[in-house]
Amino acid sequence: MPDGSFAHPQQRQFNPYTDNGGTILAIAGADFTVIAGDTRQSEGYSIQTRYAPKVFRLTDRAVLAVNGFAADGNMFVKKVKQRLEWYRHAHAKDMPLHAIARLIQTMLYAQRFFPYYVYNILGGIEEDGSGAVYSFDPVGSYEREACRAAGAAQSLVQPFLDNQIYFKNQKAAAGQSHPAHLPLSDVLAIVIDSFTSATERHIEVGDGLEIYVVVAKGRSPQGLETMRNVQELSTRPDGDRMFILRRELKKD
Amino acid sequence: MDHFPTNWGRPRNDAADPYGTYPIHQRPATKDTFAEGVQRTQQPIVTGTSVLAIQYKDGIMMAADNLASYGSLARFKDIQRLHKVGTSTVIGASGDMSDFQAIQTLLDEVVTDEFTHGDGHDLGPAEVHEYLSRVMYSRRSKINPLWNSILVGGFRDGKRFLAYVDLLGTTYSAPSIATGYGAYIAIPLLRAAVDGRVDELTEENARALLHDCMRVLFYRDARSLDKYQIATVNASGVHISDQIHLDTSWSFAEGIRGYGAQTQ
Repeated sequence: MPDGSFAHPQQRQFNPYTDNGGTILAIAGADFTVIAGDTRQSEGYSIQTRYAPKVFRLTDRAVLAVNGFAADGNMFVKKVKQRLEWYRHAHAKDMPLHAIARLIQTMLYAQRFFPYYVYNILGGIEEDGSGAVYSFDPVGSYEREACRAAGAAQSLVQPFLDNQIYFKNQKAAAGQSHPAHLPLSDVLAIVIDSFTSATERHIEVGDGLEIYVVVAKGRSPQGLETMRNVQELSTRPDGDRMFILRRELKKD
Repeated sequence: MDHFPTNWGRPRNDAADPYGTYPIHQRPATKDTFAEGVQRTQQPIVTGTSVLAIQYKDGIMMAADNLASYGSLARFKDIQRLHKVGTSTVIGASGDMSDFQAIQTLLDEVVTDEFTHGDGHDLGPAEVHEYLSRVMYSRRSKINPLWNSILVGGFRDGKRFLAYVDLLGTTYSAPSIATGYGAYIAIPLLRAAVDGRVDELTEENARALLHDCMRVLFYRDARSLDKYQIATVNASGVHISDQIHLDTSWSFAEGIRGYGAQTQ
């Protein structure tokens, strides 16, 4: 070319990843778990859509939230669901939560040298009836925790949860101790406040909020059924119960 | 002794340092034959600009201009960027036009394969989008992407469908979607008119809205053309319009002062 634009071979590296924003969060109670995520999908400063779910029902008692690169996230969820279906055909039962957690770790680590750029949070009911949250990094390191936030607003939400769930930097009243687990109504209030606050201060969070609640078999949903915009997803009347709670978030 | 079985029986390469004689940072460089051997399409060459699409009362509508650019050169001015797939789907592509033509060929093959089964089933927009997103994601995972942003629209069993897929395999669905410059310039106009009003938006309104957006894009996007087509998908099937010409007025340019060529 006369302008010399091809004098040096031009190299443009193709980047197979992007960040689609959003935030997810899960909190385990004594006999329930809450798993939530906002529904905005963005790239750079553009909102691609106001409704792209990041939280998915896996079994009657397990819910998976994925955050990071949306294409990897959707593919990962699709593959986890497929592995769970194969398990169901082979064993005529749903895979237990701790086993799903280990499955996710091996599936993520299998891609160690071309990772799924996805932060996963798995929530649900363990076989002993306790609420459980497992959180993962993109290459499969994982641990069971009482609560975890991930994604764009992790740095805003996690310190709030440390204070409100783990009672960090709080002193109990004289002669009393902090409760080991909070009731469902308190947890839901904390989750909703977390997302409204993250929406205020983070541009990639907003539009809609989807909150999944899994309640252990035989335990009370503590008035959850009467809240507005609640839908029950339970498949059997005698098993664990699952609900989805939808809320609007600011769209600016 | 060389402990790597894959090296046994092969000619010795003294440059390879099989005994680890040198410390790692001093080892003689070995030439990797394939380091520059495999080159892939890794930038778009002949490109199409924005595609716009909206859902409306009876279905979906999509618009794209007829230009295929070669860098800043307006190279091909009669290129159709909307493509009918099967009986109830249309796709529109921005990005590399040769990759888009490969995608058209691929989808037409799939549609033909399905037809020859003769089982009375064919692909609707959801299936086309799912298939396309798998192709795009698998190509990006091979670091050999199809360099496009594609909109898939359709109408099937009384349901509208509109979704996006790009070279990374990213997908989403929304009442109004635009690719390229359209995402910055047309989306604010489209969202203001469409969001929450999809069921009231008539075909005439939708057509006028897209016409206005194409004109705004022609004024501001240097890689666009004043000639475009509109695809409509509704209960009566897929219809891709003839070329539509944009009427523009540039008289305002005379009055602009403060920058440009004029001296006062």
